[in-house]
Amino acid sequence: MEWEVVIGLETHTQLQTNTKIFSGASVRYGAEPNTQACEVSLALPGVLPVLNKQAVHCAIKFGLAINAEIAPRSVFARKNYFYPDLPKGYQISQFELPVVGKGAVSIQVPAQGKLAAYEKVVNITRAHLEEDAGKSVHGAVEGMSGIDLNRAGTPLLEIVTEPDMRSAAEAVAYAKKLHELVQWIGICDGNMQEGSFRCDVNVSVRPKGSEALGTRREIKNLNSFKFMTQAIEYETRWQIETLEDGGKIQQATVLFNPDTGETRAMRSKEEANDYRYFPDPDLLPLIITEADKARISAAMPELPEAMKARLEVQYGLSSYDANALTTSRDLADYFVATVNAGAGPKQVANWVMGSISAKLNTEDKNINASPISAQQLAQLLKRIADGTISNNAAKQVFEAMWCAEGDVDSIIVAKGLKQESDSVAIEAIIDEVLAANAAMVEEFKAGKEKAFNALVGQAMKASKGKANPAQVNDILKKKLTA
Amino acid sequence: MSNSHLTNLSLKQFGDLLQSKKISSVELTQMFLHRIQQYNPSINAYIALDEGKTLAQAKAADARIAAGNAAPLTGIPIAQKDIFCAKGWQTTCGSKMLANFIAPYDAHVITLFDAAGAVNLGKTNMDEFAMGSSNETSYFGGVKNPWSFDRVPGGSSGGSAAAVAARLCAAATGTDTGGSIRQPASLCGFTGLKPTYGVVSRFGMIAFASSLDQAGPMAKSAEDCALMMNVMAGFDERDSTSLNREKEDYSSALHQPLRGLRIGLPKEFFAEGLDADVGKVIENAIAEYKKLGAEIIEISLPNTGLSIPVYYVLAPAEASSNLSRYDGVRYGHRAAEYTDLMDMYCKSRAEGFGAEVKRRILIGTYVLSAGYYDAYYLKAQQIRRLIAQDFVEAFKQCDVIMGPAAPSTAFKAGEKVDDPVAMYLQDIYTISTNLAGLPGMSVPAGFSQSVDGKTLPVGLQIIGNYFDEARMLNVAHQYQQVTDWHTQAPNLNMPEGIT
Repeated sequence: MEWEVVIGLETHTQLQTNTKIFSGASVRYGAEPNTQACEVSLALPGVLPVLNKQAVHCAIKFGLAINAEIAPRSVFARKNYFYPDLPKGYQISQFELPVVGKGAVSIQVPAQGKLAAYEKVVNITRAHLEEDAGKSVHGAVEGMSGIDLNRAGTPLLEIVTEPDMRSAAEAVAYAKKLHELVQWIGICDGNMQEGSFRCDVNVSVRPKGSEALGTRREIKNLNSFKFMTQAIEYETRWQIETLEDGGKIQQATVLFNPDTGETRAMRSKEEANDYRYFPDPDLLPLIITEADKARISAAMPELPEAMKARLEVQYGLSSYDANALTTSRDLADYFVATVNAGAGPKQVANWVMGSISAKLNTEDKNINASPISAQQLAQLLKRIADGTISNNAAKQVFEAMWCAEGDVDSIIVAKGLKQESDSVAIEAIIDEVLAANAAMVEEFKAGKEKAFNALVGQAMKASKGKANPAQVNDILKKKLTA
Repeated sequence: MSNSHLTNLSLKQFGDLLQSKKISSVELTQMFLHRIQQYNPSINAYIALDEGKTLAQAKAADARIAAGNAAPLTGIPIAQKDIFCAKGWQTTCGSKMLANFIAPYDAHVITLFDAAGAVNLGKTNMDEFAMGSSNETSYFGGVKNPWSFDRVPGGSSGGSAAAVAARLCAAATGTDTGGSIRQPASLCGFTGLKPTYGVVSRFGMIAFASSLDQAGPMAKSAEDCALMMNVMAGFDERDSTSLNREKEDYSSALHQPLRGLRIGLPKEFFAEGLDADVGKVIENAIAEYKKLGAEIIEISLPNTGLSIPVYYVLAPAEASSNLSRYDGVRYGHRAAEYTDLMDMYCKSRAEGFGAEVKRRILIGTYVLSAGYYDAYYLKAQQIRRLIAQDFVEAFKQCDVIMGPAAPSTAFKAGEKVDDPVAMYLQDIYTISTNLAGLPGMSVPAGFSQSVDGKTLPVGLQIIGNYFDEARMLNVAHQYQQVTDWHTQAPNLNMPEGIT
């Protein structure tokens, strides 16, 4: 039987606010345990939550970015369960009336094997505001478990999709797109190691062509795209094998173990909590007016889709290039800044996506950390365009610039990479080459095109690589056909 | 001036004595502390006393008075219900669960009294987590009704009530979720006001049922309550349900004449279940209002009979969630021995909470459970709106509503402890105002016929429209100008059979 996998994602994005969602405590990552836990974080008797407007602002931005319904009235609810890192014994979340309703995200699924790249729309069911829990710390004190409430109350936006994805590749493409988008609009730092962006993936399988959904298992807390791929692929295989062996899938929450590459059930649905959701009487309903939306909309950055279209039209970039350059706002801004500094768009696109991206990847850096500024890159490209250096020489200059050896022109001088563009000097070199390689000249004249290239090579070699290759070509052609 | 006479003074009179330096705050405070030493062992109105802290505040108040920038309550000793967190003070909420809890921060109400220069005399006894109508659920023991030591003071603000009635403080704070200020005020014979929901900040006030809890003053007279309200009321950005309104002077309207005042008497408040004795007192009070020029209108609050069942769905639902934080992990009671996390939760909570609290956690958990939520919680919320709507209609016909605050006078200790429903009925006339968020008060209106050679106080309830506290205080004050029920104090010098 042919099977189809059905995937939906729930993503917890930590919102970039100065303080917690219901208190004034700091949300800085990595502080000493419990140094960022105020009375509210500790859930002392008598404390009350006060909603952080910055978090609401982030939620509205996200809703606008995915063209979603933004609820004029949404309600905070208490999700009740006991856990040591949940200080109040309930989490303040949103249940029946979330702040963001239905929306959609367009994704590009990259080519895999014979399958070409394609576009797809993933529907968003809802996104709601909630607070994060603290952390249990095991082993810090011998024989005891510690509780660190620094993270308790950190604002989260939980973004839930429809079960629209049909492969690990689609799920990862969506997750990456969402990851780019939340950073693009400045609501999340996207730091997956620190848990700022973590995904729960619901996976089920069904016979291809079937309409009914299979029983799903939820893979919790995936914090890397690599693990997400591995976990979904493993889980899909496991579910298909189980069903083919005559077994049944039990609804369950599972954890992915990166060491074994396997998923393992942590609790079954039967043991699941009854969360006893009810509206939090300590908080008034959240009212968002058209004016609020208009104000935030006016301050929104250009969205990646719009910018991609603009790059194609304004700079004549291919759809592929425009898409690649708009995977992050910083990258796109870098591109535009380089073009604005006087470099040709196509060249900039090639360099940014080529040499620059390669360097950034090896050094695991963001474009903001590039040692070569947009102005410096533009200067380098100008020197190629005006014939001062060759493309090959430019690569050497680039390496030197990356290692902060100085500005473009001083590096060209220091390394003696200036191109020889004086036609008299080039003619003299070519004459020498022709004289020394009479056999090759004969071969060319006998119709061997290859000999021409060999002569160019000899001329370049004789100029120690500095001769302008275009001029060498022209002069050589003239001399041979004269 | 004898001490017993001195303790009967109004807040205004205390203020005048202090500011004219006829007495110092330290002297006044010591006088109350001495009285507490004398009577509290038998009455048990206070859970926590801290002479050092209290006298330090009195000294600071004297310095402030000397510097000439005293506020009306500067230097006056006020008792605080033990539901308010007060920095450095044991703050128990009447529970074993918090018996070891020292609050590291101040409730907004405490901050306001501190800013006013008032002296915190101590933390008063209360039903555990404010759940009760007799103060008998307190982990720290019951409280005696100063009018009759074999009877309860009412609850949950029973300690504050006994302290005000026995003159063990100049005035006190209370909180009222279903009647916890008004019913004890009625049973102990003094004036108590539950403001409109949102007028007094709940920040730092330990939550029982968040959508119903409201703090208010407990004092001898309406005039005193007005001065207390001037301190307690006001917007607090740390409470999202606090209302951002302009600061009001609650004393300003006290002297308005009542001619033409329309008083609504809900027929449902004078039906079966009301003690004849209490009914008679209320009738007399209404007659007094007629003499003051008020017009009496019969009204109906048709859904009021549903208020007790609705309350006993909603309040426990909220409480079951509010009390989840008492898990033995971070503060409060933790069982001495346990095998694992679940065992620690179960034992700590089983040991830390009393029977009434457990009963309400169970009810609340049940009504919020999957499959029951719609039938109980949601239905109760719908009826709550109908109850509120009854009042909207009623206030189209009248300015204030009057009736009894409690169905009976103070009952004997132990009489209702095994019958929770009988206990819950104590709040039959007060609960609907909490559900509607309206302000209500209880004003001393007379005494019952003598029982066992004793008469017991009866309170008249005044219910106002939203934010009508100033008018209600005026209505009560005018009555207190022509009656002297509010000036009567129990005679503590002849306690019978107590040690």
